[in-house]
Amino acid sequence: MKYRSAFDIIGPVMIGPSSSHTAGAARIGRVARTLFGKQPAKAEISLYGSFAKTYKGHGTDVAIVGGILDFDTFDERIPFALKLAEEAGIEVIFTVEDTVTDHPNTVRIKLSEGERDLELVGISIGGGTIEITELNSFELKLTGEHPAILVVHNDQFGVISAVTNILSKHRINIGHMEVSRKEKGKMAIMVIEVDQKIDEEVMAELEGLPNITQIIRMVD
Amino acid sequence: MLFRNVAELVELAENKEVKIAEIMIQQEIEVTGRTREEIIEKMDRNLTVMEQAVERGLNGVTSVTGLTGGDAVLLQKYIKSGKALSGNILLDAVSKAVATNEVNAAMGTICATPTAGSAGVVPGTLFAVKEVLNPTRMEMIEFLFTSAAFGFVVANNASISGAAGGCQAEVGSASGMAAASIVEMAGGTPSQAAQAMAITLKNMLGLVCDPVAGLVEVPCVKRNAMGASNAMTAADMALAGITSRIPCDEVINAMFQIGQTMPSALRETAEGGLAATPTGRRLQEQIFGKKQ
Repeated sequence: MKYRSAFDIIGPVMIGPSSSHTAGAARIGRVARTLFGKQPAKAEISLYGSFAKTYKGHGTDVAIVGGILDFDTFDERIPFALKLAEEAGIEVIFTVEDTVTDHPNTVRIKLSEGERDLELVGISIGGGTIEITELNSFELKLTGEHPAILVVHNDQFGVISAVTNILSKHRINIGHMEVSRKEKGKMAIMVIEVDQKIDEEVMAELEGLPNITQIIRMVD
Repeated sequence: MLFRNVAELVELAENKEVKIAEIMIQQEIEVTGRTREEIIEKMDRNLTVMEQAVERGLNGVTSVTGLTGGDAVLLQKYIKSGKALSGNILLDAVSKAVATNEVNAAMGTICATPTAGSAGVVPGTLFAVKEVLNPTRMEMIEFLFTSAAFGFVVANNASISGAAGGCQAEVGSASGMAAASIVEMAGGTPSQAAQAMAITLKNMLGLVCDPVAGLVEVPCVKRNAMGASNAMTAADMALAGITSRIPCDEVINAMFQIGQTMPSALRETAEGGLAATPTGRRLQEQIFGKKQ
């Protein structure tokens, strides 16, 4: 079940004109911004399929950049996002790609500042609902059926068990889990799908662990 | 999940002797862990956004390109002239659907139902039947939950994306959702609501997504008009006791299959259909210059 809530259908409240090409695009941009953790110096955005063909008409470009500026789908500054990004000193580069992707509404976003960078692929599946399918070359397989978190951490022994220990202490069962890293000893990520709701208290406890850089809710 | 298809949804509502809206609310509580009050309050806020969008559109808006806007005003004037042939309630629904989509095209604030391109149909019909049925605020909120329930089934078993399934997946879905909600608000049974959804969707099958210049304007605004009138007609048919020979879930599946075989040129790429007509191409060049 890709859609879980009544508000995936009646919602989101958003700036027009397209839920998939405007609101969904803004949400993908905002996930990239959240994962990057701050305003980037540079944003490289590659558009595929229907996104590539119709982005101008749908305001997909302003929406993605609006998301990168941390705007929500209903933020009335979205139509002016390109200008606002320029004023904020963000270099924005758009590329229109011909490659055929699995989903027609696909975007690849690379955010960077100095040495730091983050790259993700997002798809907008309709009605403003999105999926993140790739993060830093790591394929994410989230069904969207269960609550899921993404843990960015240092690649060191004991980090994975520390996280799972906290989950087990709170009687949260893990249904699916993936771990990956770019380089030995550097940044690594865990994607954990669970059966129970992860409340703020558990999130805070996880965030407090050593060697954890960031924890993000992927699916509520 | 309490239900995965329309048959299960109808059975649940009839067995429990509650509205479809109530089943949707119960499922939302189960899935999200939020309280009933929180969920209802959130939908109430969406209803307010819809109300404001209709009001704004009825006062007249124009899109950035100038391609759309002002038709809702024309229609309201025409209704007031007393010369309308197809009935004032029907045309009121049409004008309010148009109003919402004109606001959407003008990059105004709307609530996607289920998408932005099809955001006019559900509020358009709701605020029109409101004039005749005089519902309470809670009944209007329930109207939206009933729409959500049917949209939920379509979204998970077929698609609500024009890029994936054509306009049948967007205005088609919206129209079916609205028809079901109208039936429930008018006092019809859950089974009649499902019939209205089936009848509506059958008449939207195959509808392509061919926006001129890739803009959610032409023909999207007028497709919302037809979506609203289709929903009103199908709701009346279902309330009259007419049933669909093909069950609702099978119609939804047919819609999905048709979307799968629809060429990419007709799925929100602005490469086929009305977008590819000489006038469509000319408008695209006028707006964006020679080649995008």
